[in-house]
Amino acid sequence: MKTYIDTGKKDTRSGFGAGLTELGRTNPNVVALCADLVGSLKMQDFIDENPERFFQTGIAEANMMGMAAGLTIGGKIPFAGTFANFATGRVYDQIRQSIAYSGKNVKICASHSGVTLGEDGATHQILEDIGLMKMLPGMTVINTCDFNQTKAATLAIAEHDGPVYLRFGRPKVANFTAEDQKFEIGKAVQLYEGKDVTIIATGHLVWEAIQAAQKLSEKGISADVINIHTIKPLDEKAIIKSVKKTGCVVTAEEHNFLGGLGESVARTLAENNPAPQEFVATQDTFGESGTPEQLMDKYGLNAAAIIKATEKVLKRK
Amino acid sequence: MSKIKELEDFATQVRRDILRQVHKVNSGHPGGSLGCTEFFTALYQGGIMEHKPEFNMDGKEEDIFFLSNGHISPVFYSVLGRSGYFPVDELNTFRLINSRLQGHPTTHEGLPGIRVASGSLGQGMSVALGAAQAKKLNKDNHLVFALLGDGELQEGQNWEAIMYAAGNKVDNLIATVDLNGQQIDGSTETVLPMGNMKAKFEAFGWDVMEIDDGNDMQQVIDGLTEAKSRTGKGKPVCVLMTTVMGNGVDFMMHTHAWHGKAPNDEQLETALAQNPETLGDY
Repeated sequence: MKTYIDTGKKDTRSGFGAGLTELGRTNPNVVALCADLVGSLKMQDFIDENPERFFQTGIAEANMMGMAAGLTIGGKIPFAGTFANFATGRVYDQIRQSIAYSGKNVKICASHSGVTLGEDGATHQILEDIGLMKMLPGMTVINTCDFNQTKAATLAIAEHDGPVYLRFGRPKVANFTAEDQKFEIGKAVQLYEGKDVTIIATGHLVWEAIQAAQKLSEKGISADVINIHTIKPLDEKAIIKSVKKTGCVVTAEEHNFLGGLGESVARTLAENNPAPQEFVATQDTFGESGTPEQLMDKYGLNAAAIIKATEKVLKRK
Repeated sequence: MSKIKELEDFATQVRRDILRQVHKVNSGHPGGSLGCTEFFTALYQGGIMEHKPEFNMDGKEEDIFFLSNGHISPVFYSVLGRSGYFPVDELNTFRLINSRLQGHPTTHEGLPGIRVASGSLGQGMSVALGAAQAKKLNKDNHLVFALLGDGELQEGQNWEAIMYAAGNKVDNLIATVDLNGQQIDGSTETVLPMGNMKAKFEAFGWDVMEIDDGNDMQQVIDGLTEAKSRTGKGKPVCVLMTTVMGNGVDFMMHTHAWHGKAPNDEQLETALAQNPETLGDY
């Protein structure tokens, strides 16, 4: 069984910062905006190197989204960054009208998504942003799993013409994907080949899915593990192919089970290849204060929860 | 014929277009559209904007305009059509199924002249601001114009943008506020009094000027010309333009009743009689 090596824990938001810095050097059309969270979004290096291409909007997210839309009119590629909660729910209407409906080439870059923002609690966490963004026609929705993949995604979305929601997080997590990887929007990444169950994970839960698959293998259960970094457009082919082989599926995400990756997978299967499914996700609840590890444990968002869900879904096959 | 008379004739035809569009589908917003007829005519026909009807979304090397209060689409569509952006007879499709002329303007249907969707109020100033910043980055010395409704200024996002524009010396932006004092539920004074608009913009650091009669073509041309001369001096420019909602149709004037209501057949005839054909109906 393939071993994935954690090359050292790093935060996905720093992957975004590193990608943005590289874009600053390679793509003169890239501009950045931030609503008073430069440190949190790791944007300082880009700003130091390209002060004229950075727009500090202050604590005014609605204006930031509108300005980002306006900057595209003139050929710029704006990367607008803030916490996921303020990047989506707070400005849903601005994104809907000025960006998505207007077809503007804006990259909404959202840090501190999910519950792993931790101690700040539910006002600063968000567990419904994937749902909000994937419901917007034309919006691409990406949720990356580690530092390297987030950096690669940041570079890739600059080449994509159209609005993108790029979701990443605060805590340091295992960095295990290749440094020189090619990030293909909409293309699933196969991590393990297995025959008993399909485990489909996104974001911080991908590393947990790898741990779960290794433990399941010790119990004689072989899992097909897929990293879905792009929730929309969804790689339906990869999902259908895998579930046709295994006959059941577990989805895992740091998001509400309503509106997230799990629902997208369920719809795909309902239309093409119905199969038993278990959802590792929060169960229609707000988050709370705590350390990221405590919260992942409390809300059932880790390898143990994936193993439990697998054992349950296998009984339903 | 004097230039002003020519522009007035153009505006009269635009008023006919507004009334006929709204009447045909029995829906739309004639009041605010009629009040802003002179403004749009001045922008697109009176030499205020340097613009290219062949239309390029990025609008480089030309002045560009954003309509924030998107419900007054009938006046925008009429002036764009009559300025060569698309065939005038397309006004026949206003608000109909499969039309590019949606109830509120959108880029989605690819109608030339429209650079952002508007309708959900309060967002246009921010977009104009972004476009103005892009012009500065591109070293393009052309201007960005925006029109906002006065009722629309009740939306908080405007004030985020107003703060930003002054704080960052966005001096290639001219934001015009259509002060007609009316909104859907009544006068702005009764719905939510907004106090001294001039003092508010000035307190936020804008260069503010006024057009006392925004339905007098000469005053609109002079006012907007003056506004242009004030750009490039470190401050965004605000034009407070007083207009009469429903201007040019006696029974629609000075009331919010025609904010979003179409005239019936008889009312249309009366209104058209007050605005005789000048350039030919579509």
